[in-house]
Amino acid sequence: MQLLLQQVMAGLANGAIYACVALSVVMIFLAIDHLNFAQGEMATFSTFIAWQFIHWGLPYWVAFIAVVAVSFIGGIAIERVLFKPLHHAPILASLVGFIALFSILNSGDGYIWDYTIKSFPTPFGNKPLFGSVLIDTHEAGMIGVTAMMLGLIYLFFRGTRLGLAMRAAAANPESARLVGIRVGWMTALGWGLAAAIGAVGGMLIAPVVFLEPNMMFGVLLYGFAGAVLGGLTSPAGAVIGGFAVGVIENLAGTFIPYVGRDLKLTIALVVIVAVLMVRPSGIFGRAVVSRV
Amino acid sequence: MTTTPQEHAVRFAGAGAVRRLAWPSTRYCLIGSAVAIAAVLPLTCQSFVIFQLTEVMIYGLAILGLNLLTGFGGQFSLGHGAFFGLGAYVTAILMQHYDVAYYWTLPAAGGICFVVGTLFGLPALRLQGLYLALATFALAVALPQLLKFHGLEGWTGGVQGIVVDQPDAPDFLPIDPDQWLYYFTLAVLLVMFAGAANLVKSRTGRAIMAIRDHPIAAAAMGINAPLYKTLTFGVSAFFTGVAGALGAFAAQFVAPDSFTLFLSISFLVGLILGGMGSLPGCLFGGLFVLYVPNIAQTVSRGLAGAIYGVIMLLVIFVMPSGAAGFTRIAWAHLSRWRSRRTQVNNLIEGRTP
Repeated sequence: MQLLLQQVMAGLANGAIYACVALSVVMIFLAIDHLNFAQGEMATFSTFIAWQFIHWGLPYWVAFIAVVAVSFIGGIAIERVLFKPLHHAPILASLVGFIALFSILNSGDGYIWDYTIKSFPTPFGNKPLFGSVLIDTHEAGMIGVTAMMLGLIYLFFRGTRLGLAMRAAAANPESARLVGIRVGWMTALGWGLAAAIGAVGGMLIAPVVFLEPNMMFGVLLYGFAGAVLGGLTSPAGAVIGGFAVGVIENLAGTFIPYVGRDLKLTIALVVIVAVLMVRPSGIFGRAVVSRV
Repeated sequence: MTTTPQEHAVRFAGAGAVRRLAWPSTRYCLIGSAVAIAAVLPLTCQSFVIFQLTEVMIYGLAILGLNLLTGFGGQFSLGHGAFFGLGAYVTAILMQHYDVAYYWTLPAAGGICFVVGTLFGLPALRLQGLYLALATFALAVALPQLLKFHGLEGWTGGVQGIVVDQPDAPDFLPIDPDQWLYYFTLAVLLVMFAGAANLVKSRTGRAIMAIRDHPIAAAAMGINAPLYKTLTFGVSAFFTGVAGALGAFAAQFVAPDSFTLFLSISFLVGLILGGMGSLPGCLFGGLFVLYVPNIAQTVSRGLAGAIYGVIMLLVIFVMPSGAAGFTRIAWAHLSRWRSRRTQVNNLIEGRTP
């Protein structure tokens, strides 16, 4: 029982990382109706900028806010420069755009900041939380920040005119345009938000996985899996999905004999695909209904 | 503003869904001369270039498999690297553990991939779009792990992989093994492309495309959508598996880390840049994914990835519907310009059009 509890807590701690990434994946999906493969690399790039700021002597929270702002503007710029021209191209053309962006950012990170592993500070400290061995303060802080972001996103999308306009623009661009929503700018705004959320995620993850150009790649796989498991249309679902992936992976590694340790990622993916068989749009996702 | 099914098809498949504009005669001339050039090429090149061209054909064939599924079938896959890897491993295991002659391993690799692909197509029926992408992506991520799994090491050689003997040319031909592999690959490629071209033109091919363009209308016309979708998955895996088997001959080595997610992604890049739903486009895709990273590497070692990305972006900006779509649009402009010129000439000479 002690072992089970310990593994579930460790899984939740990992899951917090996946949940952060899953949340930013879902955000951009809601804004542009695409899965952004370069999401992780954008977050890594932002984290490197934060590292640079801190390295130059800025206090943590100043650097944090500056990087979120820079990422927001950067996200908008990427949409305006790279993806607006591809708007009328066949759907899969923008996929090449994502892959190209991935490649450019990944190689750029390595070129500017080289491939050595860097440590990244945490504002929450690394002491055990309330003297318990199961979870430390950074992990608790990470879960707290993810929950807070989720709350803010919920309020933004449900409670503001701008959030409503963004949802409308993603759900039905033609009708949205007819009621006077500037769909192009809503998409750009979505990119900006996703980049900013990704930056927060990157800065929270970096103290755990250490900063290097490929930091996000493994995490992004789990983040995608979490987002899809939870349902791509639901931010809360993505967060729960992210935590679930962390826990499933850890439990499979511990409790399934013989294959568990080597194949824990495979087992986690099999579980996810099995869940999708039952709920093809994810656990909390809306099924897509189309008019004939 | 609603889109008609035809417009939808064009948006999804690029120009591939539009009827071909070239006359058959011109097309056959082009194919004939391309084959003739391909047949003479290895006699004039260095063996390294021959090796690269062989790889281009192998990638082209793998992309063709993906194209059948994605370009014609409208189902999305991030996992074709796994079928490529499976084909390669079937060949390697049969050749090294069971002493099977290399040419017999091709149908075996294709057959096993067909079965696995069809089985995978069954759960895929429930999933659409990005959810299907995740399921296939799981396949791509799982395969290297399975190949490294210690329970299967006796067969797969674990992390070490398996060394594959290069097939020798038959005694009566005065060519070296590289040239022989080139011709062997070319022959397989021609057979497979002819097969794919016939498949696409047949009743089955039309059914597959009808399901892509409008699943509900297709079902209403009596097309058995689940059957065709599953079979498309199988056939697509068959093509990619055969390519994987050829890839094992060319690399003379198989190891789990050659078949990662990046391989699947480069197939997808090749498919999109070559042109969805176009057969010759697959070869353009093969050329791109083999040569462009090399070119980027020679320009700058540190920034190779960035240069590759920039070239990708440039290509997709210039040709948003891939090389095939670009050629087709250029051809359409050319023929419209020609017909307008003849009309004008007719008017000038006082004839009625």
